[in-house]
Formats: sequence, C-alpha cells, structure tokens
Amino acid sequence: MWTGFKRIVRSGFVGFWRNTFVSLASIFVMTVALFVIGSTMLLGQLLEVSLDNIKNKVDINVYFVTEASDDDINSLKTSLESLSEVESVALTTREEALQQFKDRHVEDEPTIQALEELGENPLGASLAVRAGNTSQYQGISDFLDEQQTGEGAQNSVIYRVNYLDNKESIEKLTSIIDAVDSSSFIVMIVLVAVSILITFNTLRLAIYTSREEISVMRLVGASNTFIRGPFMLQGVMYGLVSGVIAILILYPIVLWLGPKTATFFQYNLFDYFVSDFVSMFAVIVGTGIALGLVSSIMAVSRYLRV
Amino acid sequence: MIYFDKVSKVYNGGQSTALREITFQVAPKEFVSIVGHSGAGKSTLLKMLIAEDAPTDGQVFFESLNIHSIPRGKLPKFRRRIGTVFQDFKLLPHKTAFENISFAMEANGRTDEEIAENVPQALELVDLADKAWNFPHELSGGEKQRVAIARAIVNQPDIIIADEPTGNLDPIATYEVVQILKKINDLGTTVIMTTHNKGVIDELGKRVLTMDEGRIVRDDEDGRYVL
Repeated sequence: MWTGFKRIVRSGFVGFWRNTFVSLASIFVMTVALFVIGSTMLLGQLLEVSLDNIKNKVDINVYFVTEASDDDINSLKTSLESLSEVESVALTTREEALQQFKDRHVEDEPTIQALEELGENPLGASLAVRAGNTSQYQGISDFLDEQQTGEGAQNSVIYRVNYLDNKESIEKLTSIIDAVDSSSFIVMIVLVAVSILITFNTLRLAIYTSREEISVMRLVGASNTFIRGPFMLQGVMYGLVSGVIAILILYPIVLWLGPKTATFFQYNLFDYFVSDFVSMFAVIVGTGIALGLVSSIMAVSRYLRV
Repeated sequence: MIYFDKVSKVYNGGQSTALREITFQVAPKEFVSIVGHSGAGKSTLLKMLIAEDAPTDGQVFFESLNIHSIPRGKLPKFRRRIGTVFQDFKLLPHKTAFENISFAMEANGRTDEEIAENVPQALELVDLADKAWNFPHELSGGEKQRVAIARAIVNQPDIIIADEPTGNLDPIATYEVVQILKKINDLGTTVIMTTHNKGVIDELGKRVLTMDEGRIVRDDEDGRYVL
C-alpha cells in the first residue's frame, strides 16, 4: 500500500519533469484561466463596493421650518424609522446646520457677514433619510407627502422634501445599478465557465498525448489506480503551480492599481488583496488544484476503459 | 494450457469477419508460431488472449480460466501472468530502459529489493546491461525490442505473447530477438508468436499454425513456412 503510494508519487513527479513541454503548456493555460478567475473576483469586489458607495450617496432630505419644535421633529423621525423601507434617519439640528453652513463658507467673507447681520439662525433642522434599496425611495416619499398634505397638514412642520427634485436621477441611478449588477454577474459567470472549460480541455489534450502510454500500462498489468495516480498528482501540481503563478502576477498589478482605485472608487484594491489574501489564495490555488484533479481523473478514465 | 473453443470475431456488426470458429490448444512450454497474410486474423487472435478484445462467439481458456468472464477489475492481475511483445515495441517514452522494466514489476506490486535484483538480470538476459539508463528514443529498433522482451519476462509470466516482434527489425536484430525468445522458451516459458518472416520460422523448427481468412488452415509440428 505504502510502496504503491510512494511509487505513484515518484512517477507523478518524474512525469511532470520529463514531459516538460506538456507540463509548461498546461501550466501556462491554467495560469491564464486562474488569473482570469482572480481578476474577476477583484473586479467583482470593486464593483460591489462602488455600487454600495453610490447607493449610500442617495438619500431624501426632509427640511423643517425654523419654527418646528424638537418634539415635532423627533416624532416624524420616529415614525420614519418605523417604516420597513427606511434603513437610517440622520438628524441635523438647526445649530449643526448653521455650523456646517459656516464651515462651508469659511472663505466666503460676504456670506458670513450677511449671516451675522441676520442675527438669528435662518436654517431649519433636516432629516437625511436613507432607504435600504434605491427603489424604495418612492414609498418613503409618498409617506412624507401624506404628512405634508394629509390630515393636519395645515400646521405641518415640513418645509420641503427634496425627493421630487432628485426623482429622475435617483430612478436613473437605480436602473443603472440594477443593470450593472446583473450584467456583471453574467459576465463573471461566463468568464469563470470559459476558464474552467479551457483548463479542462487543455488537460484532456495533455493526457490525450499519453493515451498510448496508458494502453501500454494496461497491457503490462498495471491497475487503474496505479495508472491514474501519477496523472492525478500531475493535475494537482499543475493547479498548484499555476495558482501560485497567477497570484504572483496579480500582486504587482493590484499593487499598481491600488492607489488609482483609491482615488477613483474611494476603495483601495490593494488593501483588500492584502487583507483578504488568505481567502484569495485559497480560492485561486484551490480552484486550480480541484480543476487539475477533476480534469485529469475524467480525462484518464476515457482511456482506462478496456 | 491455452484452449480456443470455436472462437469467432465479427467487426462492424457482421460486415467483416476476423476469426471463424478457431479451435486449437497450446501445451505448456510450447513455442507456437502463427503465420498468415495480413488480415488473416493473427493479431485478433492474440488480442483475444490478453483480453484486449472479446470474441463474438466461443470461449478462450487460460488453464481452467475463461478469459472473457474475468471481471474488469481483475484483468490487470490476469495480464501480469502474460508477457507481451509488440511490433512497435510499446515502450513508455518518458521512462528509461530500466524504468520501463521496473514499471512492470511496480505494477505487479513487487518490492524494491526484488526490482533492484531482477531488472539488471533481465537486462543482462537481453544483453542490454550497458543501456539501462537510456531512453527509448536513444535506442535502436533491435535494442528497443530487447527492452520490451526484458519487460515481458521480468515478472516470470506463464506465457509470452509476441505480435510480429521482428516486423520492424533488420536481419541481425531479428536474429538476436528470435534467439532471445528461444532462450526464454528453453528456460520453460510458453511462447506464442506471430510473424511474416519465413527465415525466422524455418530456423526455429517449432510448431507452426497457418491462418487464412480467419481460419487455421495448417497446423505443423515441425515448422515450415508455407503460404
């Protein structure tokens, strides 16, 4: 048993070295395939983060009249928070609004002066309402409309809701996000499927070149395990080596892309690569090994039939 | 030892017949040559013997064992009792002469000690001790065939099957290969060989089966090549 295993391992390694050309060709193709899979993972992550970023920038602002009491504001805030569509409600008080305004115009002397001349705070409080999904803003807007125009709307404390101003762009953004989400998913599935197929076929060709050898081994009386073993080991080695090479190629690319993505997407891809390195490594190398193993088992089986 | 009982083989669903009701026996330690034109059915006959192909009709016995009732999983074990030699040598191209021979022993589950002892002996027998570490592409045709013979005998099989072993060889290499096969037969192994070579048959002077169109048309105890 042990001797058999030892022989299979040795024969696998020797075959790997002596079949240099076939080994190199297989590793090359598998590296490309795994590189595509790795890039797909990174791109997917980047896309997801940037879509999240964009979604987080969308919100509805409810501006209150300056006379609105804290109680009124808080009761509206509570009722908004109780809506299932609403993810968060952030309150900006009158004082905070004033401070933000001053900060924003700190270099704009005439505006600050005008503000001081007014003597009192002209700004009302506001609520920033954020929905879980961009398509849910319509519902929230309807609810706020109700508050403004429905019963007791005469003494409504709401000054303005900015949903209608942004309605068109929010809807456009929502459809873009949906389209990008689903199309990128399809593209990724296709890329991964193509990579797997290419790897599978390459290994099949590699083993096809050995079909004579396999038939000779059978004639000499080698058992199927004994014939299959070295090929399985070689498949695993191809996967392992290709996975490591693919990671080594990805590293400098991501290192170079990192700062660029940080400025453009506010997300440093390199940081992600480093922090999630273990899982990236496991997925790429693991995919390689699994692909190599499964492909070689399937390919050899073809020639083991008597 | 080997018994063919009315063996027929039909290819392509009845369109071409390779063997027609072949019946013959081979006794232990015999040296049997099978001659015949190309397409007479010689190779098909040998394929039946190593269970590479199954007969359409009839049975082939190896001692009391019906070869074609052996379950697939047990075939490797059966094949280890038969040493095979082919016209095109069928060596493993990425293994040296030594490794080609030791592979047969490894597949047979022999120990490393046995391998270290028997492989050099086998190489010695075919007079190739100095080429042990050459790859097949570094050997001449005759040398390749001698490696193949060493591989066939290293597990001490009950029988050696040689399918036109001299078909690709020049006269001198042919002579050497036939001498080695004769020596193996003298040492007690049954040999079944197909050939086209009149000189080989006449020199051997052993039993000859002549085949034509899938039938055995002659069975001579003292071999002459008559077609």
